[in-house]
Amino acid sequence: MTNDLARWQFATTSIYHFLFVPVTIGLAFLVALLQTAWYRNQQPEYKRVTKFFGTLLLINVAIGVVTGLVQEFEFGMNWSAYSRFVGDVFGGPLAMEGLAAFFLESTFLGLWIFGWDRLPKRVHLACIWLVAAGSMLSAMFILAANSWMQHPVGYVLNHQGQPELNNVWALFTNPTFLWGYVHVILASLVTGSLVMLAISAWYLRKQREVSAFHQTARLSVLVLLPAIMLQMFVGNKLGEIENTYQPVKIAAAEAQWENCKPCSFSAFQVGGGSNDQTPTQVILIPHLLSILATGTWGGAVVGLNQLQREDVKKYGPGNYIPDVFIQYWSMRVMAYLGSLIALLALWGAWLIHKGRLDRSKWFLRAGLGAVVTPFVMNTAGWLLTESGRQPWIVQGLMKTINANSPSVTSTDIWISLISFVLIYLALGAADLVLMLRYARKGLDPEEGGDGVEGSSSPPQPTVPAMSY
Amino acid sequence: MQLHTIWFVIVSIFWTGFFVLEGFDFGVGVLHTIVGRTDAERKHALSTIGPWWDGNEVWLIVAGAGMFAAFPGWYATMFSALYLALLLVLIALMARGVSFEFKDKSEDPRWRTTWRWAMTLGCVLIPLLLGTGLGDLLNGLPIDSAHEYTGDFFGLLTPYGLFTGVTLLALCLLHGATFLKLRTTDHVRERARAVARPLGWVAIACVFGWVIWTRSVAGGPDVPQPVEILAVLAVAFAARLAITDHDGFAFASSAVAIAALVGSIFIDLYPNVMISSTSSAYNLTVNNSASGHYALVVMTVVAAIFFPLVLIYQGWSFHVFRARLKSPAPAPQAAPPAGGMPPAPQPAAPPA
Repeated sequence: MTNDLARWQFATTSIYHFLFVPVTIGLAFLVALLQTAWYRNQQPEYKRVTKFFGTLLLINVAIGVVTGLVQEFEFGMNWSAYSRFVGDVFGGPLAMEGLAAFFLESTFLGLWIFGWDRLPKRVHLACIWLVAAGSMLSAMFILAANSWMQHPVGYVLNHQGQPELNNVWALFTNPTFLWGYVHVILASLVTGSLVMLAISAWYLRKQREVSAFHQTARLSVLVLLPAIMLQMFVGNKLGEIENTYQPVKIAAAEAQWENCKPCSFSAFQVGGGSNDQTPTQVILIPHLLSILATGTWGGAVVGLNQLQREDVKKYGPGNYIPDVFIQYWSMRVMAYLGSLIALLALWGAWLIHKGRLDRSKWFLRAGLGAVVTPFVMNTAGWLLTESGRQPWIVQGLMKTINANSPSVTSTDIWISLISFVLIYLALGAADLVLMLRYARKGLDPEEGGDGVEGSSSPPQPTVPAMSY
Repeated sequence: MQLHTIWFVIVSIFWTGFFVLEGFDFGVGVLHTIVGRTDAERKHALSTIGPWWDGNEVWLIVAGAGMFAAFPGWYATMFSALYLALLLVLIALMARGVSFEFKDKSEDPRWRTTWRWAMTLGCVLIPLLLGTGLGDLLNGLPIDSAHEYTGDFFGLLTPYGLFTGVTLLALCLLHGATFLKLRTTDHVRERARAVARPLGWVAIACVFGWVIWTRSVAGGPDVPQPVEILAVLAVAFAARLAITDHDGFAFASSAVAIAALVGSIFIDLYPNVMISSTSSAYNLTVNNSASGHYALVVMTVVAAIFFPLVLIYQGWSFHVFRARLKSPAPAPQAAPPAGGMPPAPQPAAPPA
């Protein structure tokens, strides 16, 4: 009971945290690109969109940072047995994250926000790039730590049976980490560019600030297209890697109970929870599962029943199969929505080619609606990864059931769970209100013309009266 | 020196640095409603820490993560023992952190009042609770042979722990006042000076009492230790200088006072990291809670590379924004100044 509560509490806070993280990573990169464009072409319009998206970035960073702090503390608060057991290996990347990434990100963010008129332009531009680099570095360290939970490497068991680090390099060359990290960075770029696309689309539909938001719409499509195309490849590759090290995770994602060779992929199924081994599978695509899981035409996938038998032999009695329903659907949500976004990106690229990106009513409508998809995909991805690791907290080394804090009671966790849910709802509401208000408010009119009437008209000399 | 001793020093430095840097942030967060009476003045008071508070907060994260990496046993026991206290700290940190970003984003007075209170309460709670936690490390908590805490939330509120929290809060307030005095001008600076006088006396009393109490809690010699004497001297200097025009020296003194106080907690702790009030055999020490040799070597190399870098760029950030901020003019009277014309309406911008 306490253990389940601890899991609910941790899952709630980390899913929530990861709504904001990819926006931050993606937008920081895009804002840095915009500012670079402004640095090079000196057009005031670019400075205005840099500041506009910069403000949206800051609102998100504020929540990303404070919810990240919660994560950092929760390992010790909720999972003291885990922390005690794995701190030797797992604590290292977390401390490196703080030292190498958090300091960088937060210090240069402060310099960037307050440095517009204080710093030389080139130095100020470097600040936003360092913020973007810091956010990507921080993802790197935390993923190295997380990948160790999926596929422990670089350690020996000491005389008390505890893992001790003996090769730090192995943590950062762990295949699960390498592919997982690229996957998360691409997901962040997809998220950031879809957020930027949606806001740009909204303005273009309203015919406001057409020239500026046409530029940002173009930029977002140009980032989105390679990111989502690479992502389909990388996601697939990550599936193969996980199939090697965590075969249960992938077999569960396909609800594959029996061994198969070659294996077909089911597009949908009805039923198929952990206690339903014969769901009604709809639309079977022959060989596709073999290709996805092993990268070969006729590759074999070992079914859950055999994997369970093997694990019992290896680790003793117990249930080693994660929640099949979560695995099956989170995989499909990711794959299907990802494919739709890929189509959207191709459509956008085609419109850019035709020069009609700012006028295609249907594309702008779709671009606006697509903004929810990255959040759904990101959440599904983490559910697939973390729920698929169960019953282990560290694959093969420690079970989740043994990992929570012995001294923390259910009441304690109820209090924290309820507090976090209430506070996070309030923060989310405030964030949404602010994001919408700022997104609608439009560009800061401090410099240049509003550019409403045309795309290529030079900035009008304005009366310097609007300063306030 | 052995590696785990080096890491004990590093962790102490992070905690100390956190209180020195965030100390003035908390102080400013509480005092901004006192030295600022209008929205503009309050905003101005908070803008004195605007570029830095976020980077300062990272010192706490790194203190925690450094404990996780170098002393997993300490991290596990302390963070699970302080569960509800840390929950409150987290809530306070969240309230403080987002109110910076949110407070000015709406003109609605209710919105502003809400975030102003979130800021103020957050900045009171954080040093109070974390100070209590640090005091408890030294005072001792019921910890069993498995290094698990056996008490409940109220067991954390030991008199000595609470007094350590109050003392740190008082020092943070004084530190915030000396910082505001250093960073502002005119009437805002004068208000900071005015509030520094009573705060100075309170801080002196707290630190003095704390040193005496600590001598009986920590065991060892009855005479105050050098760092404790330094804390008393520094807080006395800070209180005295805060009402003069030596703004820089006053701020330096309050910084030294906080550093000496937090530092002396860790000096008194060593070689223990958490005292068990159940039995001294169950104390957590630098030996029985540390990571293995290899992990400590790796972390030492990482710290040796990145920590100096952090100090350099954080120092540079302080250098960039070092200029004193001009305080906004006092709140205008209801009537326009005598002989003055009503302010000319701004010419409307031509429709674009």
